[in-house]
Amino acid sequence: MSIEVKLQGHELTDAEVNPTIAASKAQIKVDRTAYLTDLVKLRNPEIPDWMQQTRDHASAIVQELAIPSSRDEDWRFTDLSALLATQFKSVTEPSALGFEQIKSYMLPESVNSRLVFVDGVYAADLSAVDDLPEDTLVGSLAQVQEFLPQVSDYFAKQPGGEEVFTALNTSSVIDGAIVWIPKDQIVNTPVHLLFVATGTAEFLIQPRVLIIAGSGSDVTVVEDYVTLNDRAYCTNSVAEIQVDNNAKVNHIRIQRDSKSAFHIGKTAVSQARDGQYSGIAVNFGGAIARHNWEIYSNGEQTHSQLLGLSWITDDRTSDTHSLIAFSKPHCTANQINKCIADDKSHGIFNGRICVPKLAQQTDAKQLSRSLLLSPKARIDTKPQLEIVADNVKCAHGATVSQLEDDAVFYLQSRGIDSESARKLLTYAFATEVINEIKVDSLRTKLQEMVRSVTEA
Amino acid sequence: MINPNASTILSVKNLTANVDGTQIIKGLNLEIKSGEIHAIMGPNGSGKSTFSKILAGHPAYEVTSGEIMFMGQNLLDLDPEERSRSGIFLAFQYPLEIPGVSNRDFLRVSCNAKRKHESLEELDPMDFDDLVYEKLELLKMDSEFLDRGVNEGFSGGEKKRNEILQMALLEPKLGVLDEIDSGLDIDALRVVSSGVNALSNENNAMLLVTHYQRLLDYITPDYIHVMAEGRILQTGTKELALELEAKGYDWILEGATV
Repeated sequence: MSIEVKLQGHELTDAEVNPTIAASKAQIKVDRTAYLTDLVKLRNPEIPDWMQQTRDHASAIVQELAIPSSRDEDWRFTDLSALLATQFKSVTEPSALGFEQIKSYMLPESVNSRLVFVDGVYAADLSAVDDLPEDTLVGSLAQVQEFLPQVSDYFAKQPGGEEVFTALNTSSVIDGAIVWIPKDQIVNTPVHLLFVATGTAEFLIQPRVLIIAGSGSDVTVVEDYVTLNDRAYCTNSVAEIQVDNNAKVNHIRIQRDSKSAFHIGKTAVSQARDGQYSGIAVNFGGAIARHNWEIYSNGEQTHSQLLGLSWITDDRTSDTHSLIAFSKPHCTANQINKCIADDKSHGIFNGRICVPKLAQQTDAKQLSRSLLLSPKARIDTKPQLEIVADNVKCAHGATVSQLEDDAVFYLQSRGIDSESARKLLTYAFATEVINEIKVDSLRTKLQEMVRSVTEA
Repeated sequence: MINPNASTILSVKNLTANVDGTQIIKGLNLEIKSGEIHAIMGPNGSGKSTFSKILAGHPAYEVTSGEIMFMGQNLLDLDPEERSRSGIFLAFQYPLEIPGVSNRDFLRVSCNAKRKHESLEELDPMDFDDLVYEKLELLKMDSEFLDRGVNEGFSGGEKKRNEILQMALLEPKLGVLDEIDSGLDIDALRVVSSGVNALSNENNAMLLVTHYQRLLDYITPDYIHVMAEGRILQTGTKELALELEAKGYDWILEGATV
């Protein structure tokens, strides 16, 4: 998928009508391009040799692009001008954190299967990977190629790499998290990738994740973005997930960035034959949060499950753009995306599903459910089904509603006052997604978090 | 059971009510005393379900005149939750599904709202479990019901049993059962009816709203009221139900228009 810069086409017409407007629009274009170039300049020049070529290639792509505007179809509802108005810095001196500061985010299930990154920089002293089967490799991406040369066959190889923020991440990459599960290995311990933003300055943080689940393997990975303070930093993450034949990946992505932060996240998943991907994405943070969630099914009989929940308040924006691209017959997918929008917030969901001619017998379901808690909140939801194959089942539905009066009345008729009834129903709406998280401590923690938001 | 000295639980006088500006209840009178079981029967659209929702305080219905006294207080002054806590229970014709809230949590919150109102100590999860297991038995329900979302994916019969389970926990003064028999097979009907019979006693009252005589084979009412056009046209004892079964409603409706 590529982001088009459409501004140029309009310049001529504008110039005819009013040269001043044309000049200011041209200025915007320059700004968006120059701004992006400046972001690339924040990168660290020290880079492992094996990444050099990939990084150079991405830099070349970025040079041709600009920060998208609302004229780009993919960014129609999400206005990035607040991002453009922020001057970001690079993380030059990574903060040294102690366990005390990250304790509340650590998962008891993953005491010895945890990687911690502080403002995007690997923190070896906070990480521990002793609890994993011998042949698995969980660690820092930069150091891995020496004893796992195959890693370069997977790194930055997922489709969609030319998208502007993905390319920006790749152009600046120096390290990241690698989770390598060998053939037939069942990993019972969830792997926790904890990305801690110190939130003390306007840092540009670009985390990178590479998960490779070898054929017949089974692993659960928690990709977790948290913050310690509330400055307007920017997280621009890319996670690439390769699900080999008959492998199973449970992927839980929790975005709890600062409510002043920018969060742009990419999840790109490729599934080989019989591969199963089950993803849960929960978005609580970000002044502007965007999740690009792309599933490429490359073999027969893959199964993909995507459960999403965004909960936004104040004047924040949360945008999920998903893509499920089938290419072979007999594949199934099930997607539920939920959004709760309060105050003046704005929730966006665009769910694209592509079923080409070859992908006969596809069975795909998509449901978007949004809950408006305030008359000033806004939801834009759009299913985008592109179906060419003629023997498929593709169901989609979208509801945007307030809390149902009848449901509130039902609870009232059982002695529960209307305010508590509304809270309980909102909690229920959210926990339907959270309850699917199989990591007990994380599920409980998020349930408590949702409960405290509803009680607020 | 009829006891002339029993106290009055519900007294409805000349009630009229609208929904969306249309009059649905057109002068309804009804008195229910402690220990009694009443049944309201009538054709579709007679207003009997509307009446049951008005008793529970559904916001869609606007009472335009008349009064409803419940246990000596003006019911129309109370919010739905206050009515519930004071002892009115409506078993819904179509109980709502609330995925994400476990039946156990829902029942406990509901039960504690009532206990708080009565200045009783709220039950912690352990004590509540003891109470609810006892009631589950009454309705032949498996404890796994408690861990499912409220009515989520329940069959019609399971939903109705869940309603009666709630009534068993809340111990209302007046149970209003809106078509508790609709969509039930005979086994489920037996279970639900025996639950209602077990809960009925001299200190409370039941109001059954039903379409079918069949329910009255299992729960014997003291009074039967025939409702049509938003009013009660005829009141009788249980024999009236048999007459209705044999002759239909037309003879009463015709009699009323004369």
